[in-house]
Amino acid sequence: MTLAAALRRHWVPVAMLSPSIVLIGIFVYGFIGWSLRVSMSEWQGLMPDYTWAGLSNFAELLNDRRFHIDIRNTLVFTTFFIGGCVGLGLLLAVLLDRHVPGEGIFRSIFLFPLAISLIVTGVAWRWLMNPSTGERTTGLNLLLDTFGLNALMNAWHTSDPPIGIAFVALPAVWQMTGFTMALFLAGLRAIPEELKEAARVDGASELQVYRRIILPLLRPALLSALIILGHLSLKVFDLIVALSGKDIRLDVPAIYMWTTTFDANNFSRGAAIGIYMLVSVAILVVPYLVWSLRRETEL
Amino acid sequence: MSYPIPPATVAPRPRRLALPGRWGGRPSVGSLVKFLLLAALAVFFLLPLWVMLITGLKPFADVHLSRMWELPSGIYLDNFMAALRALGPHLLNSIQLAVPAAILSSLLGSMNGYILSKWKFRGSDLIFTAFLFGMFIPYQSVLIPLVQFMNTINPAGGIQGLILVHVVYGIPITTLIFRNYYATIPNELIESARIDGAGFFGVFRHIALPLSLPGFAVVLIWQFTNIWNEFLFAIVLTRPASWPVTVALNNLAGSQIVEWNVQMAGALLAALPTLVVYIVLGRFFLRGLMAGALKG
Amino acid sequence: MKVRTDWWRRAVAPLAAALLLAACQATPTATPTAPPAGTPEPGQTPAASPQAGGEVEIFSWWTAGGEADGLEAMFEVFAQKHPEFQIVNAAVAGGAGTNARAVLATRLAQGDPPESWQGHAGQELSTYIVAGQLEPLNSLFDEQGWHDVMPATLIEQISTDGNIWSVPVNIHRANVMWYVPANLEQWGVQVPQTWAEFLTAAETLEAAGVTPLALGEQWTVMHLLETVLLGELGADAYASLWDGSGDWNSAEVTAALETFDQVLDYTNADASTLAWEQAAQLVIDGQAAFNVMGDWAEGYFVSPAGPNLSPEDGSFGWAPAPGSSGVFQWLSDSFILPAGEINREGALAWLTVAGSKEGQDAFNPVKGSIPARTDPDRSLYDAYLQSAMDDWASDELAGSLTHGVVANDAWKAAIDTALGLFLADRNVGTFQTALAAACVATGPCS
Repeated sequence: MTLAAALRRHWVPVAMLSPSIVLIGIFVYGFIGWSLRVSMSEWQGLMPDYTWAGLSNFAELLNDRRFHIDIRNTLVFTTFFIGGCVGLGLLLAVLLDRHVPGEGIFRSIFLFPLAISLIVTGVAWRWLMNPSTGERTTGLNLLLDTFGLNALMNAWHTSDPPIGIAFVALPAVWQMTGFTMALFLAGLRAIPEELKEAARVDGASELQVYRRIILPLLRPALLSALIILGHLSLKVFDLIVALSGKDIRLDVPAIYMWTTTFDANNFSRGAAIGIYMLVSVAILVVPYLVWSLRRETEL
Repeated sequence: MSYPIPPATVAPRPRRLALPGRWGGRPSVGSLVKFLLLAALAVFFLLPLWVMLITGLKPFADVHLSRMWELPSGIYLDNFMAALRALGPHLLNSIQLAVPAAILSSLLGSMNGYILSKWKFRGSDLIFTAFLFGMFIPYQSVLIPLVQFMNTINPAGGIQGLILVHVVYGIPITTLIFRNYYATIPNELIESARIDGAGFFGVFRHIALPLSLPGFAVVLIWQFTNIWNEFLFAIVLTRPASWPVTVALNNLAGSQIVEWNVQMAGALLAALPTLVVYIVLGRFFLRGLMAGALKG
Repeated sequence: MKVRTDWWRRAVAPLAAALLLAACQATPTATPTAPPAGTPEPGQTPAASPQAGGEVEIFSWWTAGGEADGLEAMFEVFAQKHPEFQIVNAAVAGGAGTNARAVLATRLAQGDPPESWQGHAGQELSTYIVAGQLEPLNSLFDEQGWHDVMPATLIEQISTDGNIWSVPVNIHRANVMWYVPANLEQWGVQVPQTWAEFLTAAETLEAAGVTPLALGEQWTVMHLLETVLLGELGADAYASLWDGSGDWNSAEVTAALETFDQVLDYTNADASTLAWEQAAQLVIDGQAAFNVMGDWAEGYFVSPAGPNLSPEDGSFGWAPAPGSSGVFQWLSDSFILPAGEINREGALAWLTVAGSKEGQDAFNPVKGSIPARTDPDRSLYDAYLQSAMDDWASDELAGSLTHGVVANDAWKAAIDTALGLFLADRNVGTFQTALAAACVATGPCS
């Protein structure tokens, strides 16, 4: 089909899509382009300075001790965050899948943290994870102490790195597990009972039914969860600032970008950190997108 | 990415064997353990809310980290009144922001999702990937060009500018959700409608939209919550008179003495609309997900 | 299917109506937060010509407590003197102004500055000076006769190349050590005059189960660092570190940093989770012996909503931080005049009030600071503030690092990063190297 014919045929969908295309073009790609340009400049101060600096900002960051901490923290946080949300979400979904008394109430309880803003979550968990000892014991430590579980008392997010950043994942898991639970619950409920019955009739144990039938069929839900959780985890900012101020041991790229840009007024460095964040996301996400789109056309 | 089940038919909940007892069954040890486990997890999930609630009900003199778990000596509503006075007008701003923005972005997403799932043309997958990538930009990195751009269109710093920004940055996720959702509509349905003479808009009006309710449920709830709770754009794109509640809540904290009781009360108040949305409409959220909104 | 279509049709009309309604009403109906009682209604003015009045938008991060009260008190003075203008309180809270600075940066990027904003007098303003965002105030100073009532040394510190850049409203002292006299007696320690004495006393205190020095989150650690540097190096060597003539790699600095390292060993382990006033509270509660903090701590101690103590009855005591007796480590909150498009008459009116006796005497007693002017009504100030005023008039001056006097933003941020890394690994050597590198990269060192 010639281009002209294709356009004639598809002009309505394309036209209806074009406002979004234009908006995304400006607000996403236009601004990314600006950010890229600034990252390769020498803009340090309130007045724009587009003097060409090549890749020097990027090189300096690679040697920057604080940036190394950021990368390590992101890796640890992402692992525990995604692992926690997926694991706990799956557990909750499995528990709620069969008819349980009060299912509606349980579901609401597990879902409601999604309604809270990350800042409020950070403040509340800052109280809960307070590591003070002795007379000033409070928060979860105080609860554990009251119930005799002293062995579990610890310094939470102020523990030495990299344990501290793993604990930062705790409020994040609390916040987002309801979402993964909902995804998995939907996935579980959509599996036809006949499939499971057939397997049971063939002599499979419950565990085997899970491993062979249910879990593989949950893979699409898992991948959706990974995308959404992944992008939240790589951009995490509000939660950590509310939880710990700007404690460097818990630093992440988004916080470093903020302080570099607005506290130190080094716009070019800050933009470079932003580009690193984007690139890391692209490396993780784009292959998945391409793969799943291709799979779709094959089906 | 799609699961071939029409959205209208969702697999029913698994039937239990007929057993005596209140829920139609004699509770086995297994289900008792399950229930206790769920209850324990529910307590864990409610802990932060509990802390916020009892702190919000205490007078300032009783607010002390070491006495965090002590119940308030009485119902002390002054904090909520003080928070309401400070936050009240901004709650209105937030409603004026979140409701239109959620509705507009879901309509836009629905149209986009419909196009990208049912009216594929050369490059539509590329466009979809390009949209999705927009979900991943860190908002801090686009602040400066964003405010410069918004200043040329909306110098007054009113809510409209913020609505536009949220609609734009909501395009990726709403398009994703609706595209996945519409992908569950069998193509045969579309084909038969087109054979009957329906065009682009006809199919949308008569086939896609009527089936869209679960998808809208997911998108509206998700967008309303995210827009309501958003802070960064709110604080740089609006003037004090138009501040949404997140900015006003942040301002309840001074840099000298933080009145935690008022802060917690304020946080609960600010979270109330979204809490209500999730509690009341949570089952629609779930149904929408079950109907294929994020099947992957 | 037909029923569903009908449902959809029926939904469209109310949906569209709701959207239209929301869109039309999406103009601000809220008045700005915290308009103080007594100021005229803000926000409802039509666009007025500058002479006839108009809005005066004041931007700060004073959103609660004594700071907000002090600001409102000054707003009231302004309302009496200049009823033709309406104040818009654009204060934004958050982390020592980090949110406010970001918002301000975006406002300046749009070319739409507020009529005035709060900034620390000193190097912190250099970001804006270099960018040409401020107007010099020499004529205002001459007009108002401020050269006669503000100390020359202070005006010198807020000027570059003969241009005066801000109107200082108050003076705070950074190098103060707070304690409870009765508790010290009980534990058998005296107020240390040097950091070496402190380290000795700390041993006794630890044995008694008391935290020797209460500490809070990272910025309070920087605050402690600057007082230790001052106490160990002395005012002259300290000043030389900031003007490029000193050597960050010197042995004296090494010794001072090692003292700092040792002092940190005697602080509370949960410091990073405590806000500054929570650390100060530890001293009041008897769980810690000393707290080094600026004299806004006194504002906290006397506040009715807080400990509600009095400086006159010995419930708390103060002394210069060890090693810095006779030196006043100062910082000053000030307001500036932007160079962009603003309501200039209103802004100048505000600055006049900020520098006036009435304005400063309304603001400072409430905020817990002493006025920049040397002619206050002393009866309005409590015992501590009066002693601070005497010290301010007689002591040698040293600028604060943490509060923007001696280092610009980029340099301070670099020091902050170095300090954070030091807190993580407690390696004095790399800390000193990083500090020296920071001075070269972002400061005046070569």
